[in-house]
Amino acid sequence: MLKLSFADYQALRAHGVETYPHECCGVLLGNAAPDGNRVRKIVRAGNTRTDRAHDRYNIAPEELIRVQRQARGLGFDIVGFYHSHPDHPAQWSKTDFDEAHWVGCSYVITSIEQGKAVITNSFLLTGTSEEDKQFIDEPVEVEVGESGIELQQERGQA
Amino acid sequence: MKINIPTPLRAYTGGQQTVTVPGATVGEALEQLTGAHSELRQHLYTGDGKLRSFVNIYLNDDDIRYLPEKDATPTEESDELTIIPSIAGGCLL
Repeated sequence: MLKLSFADYQALRAHGVETYPHECCGVLLGNAAPDGNRVRKIVRAGNTRTDRAHDRYNIAPEELIRVQRQARGLGFDIVGFYHSHPDHPAQWSKTDFDEAHWVGCSYVITSIEQGKAVITNSFLLTGTSEEDKQFIDEPVEVEVGESGIELQQERGQA
Repeated sequence: MKINIPTPLRAYTGGQQTVTVPGATVGEALEQLTGAHSELRQHLYTGDGKLRSFVNIYLNDDDIRYLPEKDATPTEESDELTIIPSIAGGCLL
């Protein structure tokens, strides 16, 4: 289960709309808990794949290091990443899988269709090595408001 | 010197975010790290001992692959090494 606030949920989807028709990307900061990753802050990142930003993303390691330092300062860890799929489903691709190396982290994908955010899904990278890693579907829980009311998002219904 | 460990590799450092090791060069520090936490080695290096392509290691703000002396770069106590796996992907094959 990935938990995040409604504001962060909206913000990462809005990022994908802003960069459409290119892919957006960013980092999820928070804490890992026994029941899943809890996002406390999202950080936008630049997509260095300017050669084919419509179907690729890459975050510069230097930027990741800065974000990791920021996370440490806030008492958070990097618990995941997000990116968008312009005019493609919110499902991981072979490229997403091949390039996924942060076991234990959540990979959030939002489909942007004709400039509008449609579906947001999350996939948890599990395993112990490159040889046995796998993505598993991960429910997303979006917390709405300060009252603690939680909206259980059904997969693919966002 | 201090070595920053990324989230996915902390399972192999007993949960430690940072590990402090001695070492006069980048290579020596990494050798100390993998000596103390042997399971890390297979996650950082290929079978023939090369740094895995998706693993980036920075000495302070510099990628060690592009340092003139690479692993042999001298280090000081105040330096920091950061291990940071790459983040990339995309919607098409």
